[in-house]
Amino acid sequence: MSAMPGVVAVNTFREAVRDRVLYNLVLFALMMIGAAILVGQISLGIERLVIINLGLSAISIFGLVMAVFIGVGLVYKEIEKRTLYTLLAKPIRRSEFLVGKYGGLLLTLLVNTSFMTLGVGVALYYVGRPFVRADAWILVAVYFILLELALVTALALFFSCFSSPMLSALFTLGIYVTGIFASDIRGFGEFTNNEALKTATTVLYYLVPNFHNFNVISAVAHGEAVPVALIWQNTLYAVVYAGVVLIAASAVFSRRNLK
Amino acid sequence: MKTAFRRVPWLSLGAMALLLGAAALLQMRIDAQASDVAAQKDELLLSSPSAIQKLSLGNEGLLADIYWTRTVQFYGSHLIAHASNYDLLWPLLDVTTTLDPKLIVAYRFGAIFLSEPEAGANRTDLAVKLVKRGIAANPENWHLDSDLAFLYYWRLKDYPDAAATYREASQKPGAPLGLKLMAARVSAMGGSVETSRMIWTEIYDSSKDQTVRNKAAQELELLKVQDDEQRLDAVAAEYQHRFGRLPANAEELRAAGLLRDVPTDPEGYPYVFGSDGKFALDPQSPIEIPVLPPSAEAAPASKYK
Amino acid sequence: MSAPAIEITGLTKDYPVGFWRKRMRRSLDNLTLQVEEGEVFGFLGPNGAGKTTTLKLLTGLIFPTSGTARVRGRSIDDVRMHRDIGYLPEQPYFYDYLTARELLDYYARFSNYSATERRARVERFLELVGLTSAGNVQLRKFSKGMLQRAGIAQAILHDPPVVFLDEPMSGLDPIGRREVRDIIHDLKRQGRTVFFSTHILSDAEMLCDRVAVLAGGKLQGVGAPNEIVSVEISGMEILFELREGEPLPQALAKAVAIGPRYRLEVPESELYYTLDRLRGCEARILSITPVRPTLEDYFIRIVGREQTAVHAVEGMAR
Repeated sequence: MSAMPGVVAVNTFREAVRDRVLYNLVLFALMMIGAAILVGQISLGIERLVIINLGLSAISIFGLVMAVFIGVGLVYKEIEKRTLYTLLAKPIRRSEFLVGKYGGLLLTLLVNTSFMTLGVGVALYYVGRPFVRADAWILVAVYFILLELALVTALALFFSCFSSPMLSALFTLGIYVTGIFASDIRGFGEFTNNEALKTATTVLYYLVPNFHNFNVISAVAHGEAVPVALIWQNTLYAVVYAGVVLIAASAVFSRRNLK
Repeated sequence: MKTAFRRVPWLSLGAMALLLGAAALLQMRIDAQASDVAAQKDELLLSSPSAIQKLSLGNEGLLADIYWTRTVQFYGSHLIAHASNYDLLWPLLDVTTTLDPKLIVAYRFGAIFLSEPEAGANRTDLAVKLVKRGIAANPENWHLDSDLAFLYYWRLKDYPDAAATYREASQKPGAPLGLKLMAARVSAMGGSVETSRMIWTEIYDSSKDQTVRNKAAQELELLKVQDDEQRLDAVAAEYQHRFGRLPANAEELRAAGLLRDVPTDPEGYPYVFGSDGKFALDPQSPIEIPVLPPSAEAAPASKYK
Repeated sequence: MSAPAIEITGLTKDYPVGFWRKRMRRSLDNLTLQVEEGEVFGFLGPNGAGKTTTLKLLTGLIFPTSGTARVRGRSIDDVRMHRDIGYLPEQPYFYDYLTARELLDYYARFSNYSATERRARVERFLELVGLTSAGNVQLRKFSKGMLQRAGIAQAILHDPPVVFLDEPMSGLDPIGRREVRDIIHDLKRQGRTVFFSTHILSDAEMLCDRVAVLAGGKLQGVGAPNEIVSVEISGMEILFELREGEPLPQALAKAVAIGPRYRLEVPESELYYTLDRLRGCEARILSITPVRPTLEDYFIRIVGREQTAVHAVEGMAR
């Protein structure tokens, strides 16, 4: 019975692969990476910096777009199109279905991100600089981006269980932006002398998924190491928080009367 | 395996609460050790304030506030950690004031802490640049001219330019008469303790930023120490003149009727009389007189417009 | 006596309606019903009667307000129950980016088959519903009839003991309908229980061991098709011809002209009186036949009663 999510995941992946929009996005991202090479060559000596910065940012942004774009339709589309009717008549739990959809999209994002990372690698190679050991940290940065995407996907999936794609996208992006600026929001709160506001912003800080944790692009572009402790902390954080969201999604979806 | 038909999902809610708690704890761990990484994260953006401006899509004010908050947090966290690298201070202030040229508090903050040698960026040139930009964008604001004058006076020891700037400031709307007075004093007496005290007092009174006020209070303390030491040395010289030898300590001065009380520094520690014949701070006193590094840039030729 | 294949007890479903979703519309009211193993059971009723609601409740797509149901002894809460059922929804929709073969293969993976067995099954059922040649065509290119066949295939692919079909004949031409009827016959021969909803009464009469009639969310009657019907009053049908030039007698005014002949329906009690009248005007009697009301009549009578109470309770677009 625990093979069910895997079955759904593979099918979700297959659906994504057959969706032409995905290819356009990946192509666009690769173009950006190509552009980074040009930009780097304009200012000598910082090609590496620009390629890594721009390349990783592109991966992050396009990954985000994909996660939201596909994620908000994961469940909604199936309910609207009623493809869910025959599926749920099979011996699969609703929660297993959700996990399967989630896994399928993660798999898609993993494959696409890998391609784009390869693109960055090719760009670096093309620029003629031999790889140094410090470049391994680039992979850590990409891993962090994947963790970030895993969280965003979970959020999109959650909203997809009860909200239209447009609203779901808005909510998901709203939470994402809040998560990026979470420390600034808390800073604002501490700035004011209003105790209630300070408490509110601090609670918000710990409640919202803190996406700013995952951004090490700049450090890695300078060849700096990422603290090893941060790697497992971020991993744990992503797992824990995604768990929260998936549990919520399951609770909502398991009770939903399909029209 | 029963699905709860419309019952409250207690189990799920409980699990979520637990996990959120775990996430919060993790977040605290991450925050504790990720400060260095985070400080670097904006570097690409910070190198181009105009780019940020374009990207802000009209939300410049909000972004400016965000960057201002980050500036203060950056400085505060570095101060507490006794960090030595304040390199990011200039880019942060650069972006903040590019996004919102009317954010006066940022210019005033920058004037003090960009030029500050120990607990600051030690770049008086950048401080001057920042404040001049502020004056250009806010020509009616005498505080900024006053801050520029402060930079000439305190950091660059360029008394002619300082005096001229104080005069300029005094002519702006709302300027207190004291500014004219300061212009005169600076012209006449240059770097005296009294003049410096006036200037730092003005900064203390007019600033709304707590960090700046703390700084001003600290400087005033140091000035008092300087003042005290000068006075005590004068009394000691008088003692020598009367009794033919230097006093052993302040107690002797008091016994001789030259002092009313044993003087203490602003932190309450009595001054000690050193073997070099001069009064100095008690080594146990928390006040530290900063040892100034050799000035990185010479006072610029008077570019006063 | 084995346990019933499907056991429904007091199943009720309310929907919140209105702007503030405060009022409740009862779309299924206290349905209690049993279907024995091996039965072909027809579920009849007009639009909005609650047939699809019942099927969705049984297959776990929606949750009951109250009441329970069991399929082969397992509660409808239990996900394991789904191993024993196959479901064809009304107007089925599938992943249109998959081919027919891929779709069946996907669904087959939810049962424990080896790869070889799965492949064999997929081919067998594609052939059964006549979709072998269209096996590698994407479902987005399928006609409604083809989708219906694909739907039937996925419902019975895993040999479920109980099969739920919601309007299985819809969208099919007469040949297709005949094929579906044959499939249902086959299923019965294999000893499976078939529960299908339809509004084509002739199909129900032909196929079903028993039928239940639902209207306005309430069960109106259950029984073998002829049992239900014989409850109603029957009448007599008289076919006659009038002598040339003879007008229709006043007493026989209700007769309907069919070309040169007339057809008159009268209650049994009036038969002899009518015959007297006919003899009186020297009409030529062609035939006297007892009229047995069809399921349709029964149906219309029931629906007529419920007409004022029937609203479209399921928000399904048709």
